[in-house]
Amino acid sequence: MSDPSQEWPLWEVFVRGKGGLSHRHVGSVHAADAQMALAHARDTYTRRMEGVSLWVLPSAEITASDPGEADALFAPAEDKVYRHPTFYTIPDHIKHI
Amino acid sequence: MMNSLSRKDWMPEAYRKTLVRQMSQHAHSEIVGMLPEGNWITRAPNLRRKAILLAKVQDEGGHGLYLYAAAETLGTSRDEMIEALHSGKAKYSTIFNYPTLTWADIGAIGWLVDGAAIMNQVPLQRTSYGPYARAMVRICKEESFHQRQGYEIMMHLAAGAAEQKRMAQDALNRWWQPSLMMFGPPDDQSPNTEQSMRWRIKRDTNDALRQKFVDITVPQAEAIGLTVPDPELKWNEARGSYDFGAVDWEEFKAVVKGQGPVAKERMAARVKAWEEGAWVRDAARAHAAKRAAAKQAAE
Ligand SMILES: [Fe+2]
Ligand SMILES: [Fe+2]
Repeated sequence: MSDPSQEWPLWEVFVRGKGGLSHRHVGSVHAADAQMALAHARDTYTRRMEGVSLWVLPSAEITASDPGEADALFAPAEDKVYRHPTFYTIPDHIKHI
Repeated sequence: MMNSLSRKDWMPEAYRKTLVRQMSQHAHSEIVGMLPEGNWITRAPNLRRKAILLAKVQDEGGHGLYLYAAAETLGTSRDEMIEALHSGKAKYSTIFNYPTLTWADIGAIGWLVDGAAIMNQVPLQRTSYGPYARAMVRICKEESFHQRQGYEIMMHLAAGAAEQKRMAQDALNRWWQPSLMMFGPPDDQSPNTEQSMRWRIKRDTNDALRQKFVDITVPQAEAIGLTVPDPELKWNEARGSYDFGAVDWEEFKAVVKGQGPVAKERMAARVKAWEEGAWVRDAARAHAAKRAAAKQAAE
């Protein structure tokens, strides 16, 4: 019974709150296949009109960056301040810029 | 380097263990908590009440699932948690080992038990582990209807015929003490509180939350003409709080040990549901495997 391979696989659930918004991760469900994952996602995460669209994705299919390498991955952006508009000094009397 | 999703941020092992214990216990409580109320779905007094009770019990199932899913992010499997519940290794809230004898119990549960649960859960929205905190935000949003529908049941009964009012009072009499126990043992006897507060898993002490619950609930009872069954209950002007009588911690300990009035029935019902569902789980898995194989062959 505790053999994890006997469990229905895990699926990550994404809900689109309303038209125009992107899908957002809300949690996960266990299901034997995609269709059942959608049904479970609907019952579990959208009982109160939380969304207009659902995505389900096998959790095993997700590739994640290594939390231990977050610095190496994301720090380089920090010294490229010239990517931000506030880096540039424009005199006050210049408008609409 | 690339990683599967299961590779997690580092955390101290004792912190992880405490989280798994608290989250799975919490999930089990939601699931077992479906039983006392599920017991009354077919006997709800009218269609409105029946639809409401169905929705509430379904919510509790949802709460269990949010929490199981959140606990699974810590590397424990759903089956492991369920096995721990069924074998008696894992605990769940003692409140669900009391029986629901009359319809008024459904009112008392919503008002008091969900009320106490809300009080316990609101601070957990800021708990230190993200997936747990996010599950709690969803849960808290859904809980407030649970409490209000329960209070509404009590309100109607208390304003009804003498027999109805007597029923409401009787339910309050039976559920009051168990509700106070929901906040856990007194601070000086709560082995885990200090560490859990330090880790910000827990945000308030048991006694502080219990006091808050009493202060909020007593006026609600008075407003509908019901009496909180505690002869020592008295407003303390200096503290700005109610003084109240001692909780029967011997009973609490006995119920924690599995001696609750319907503890055996509750677990038997869970195990039965799990075992009788085994063929469905197997069949769905076999069906999915067959379809996947057929799809692969066609490609
Ligand atoms: Fe709940
Ligand atoms: Fe609830």
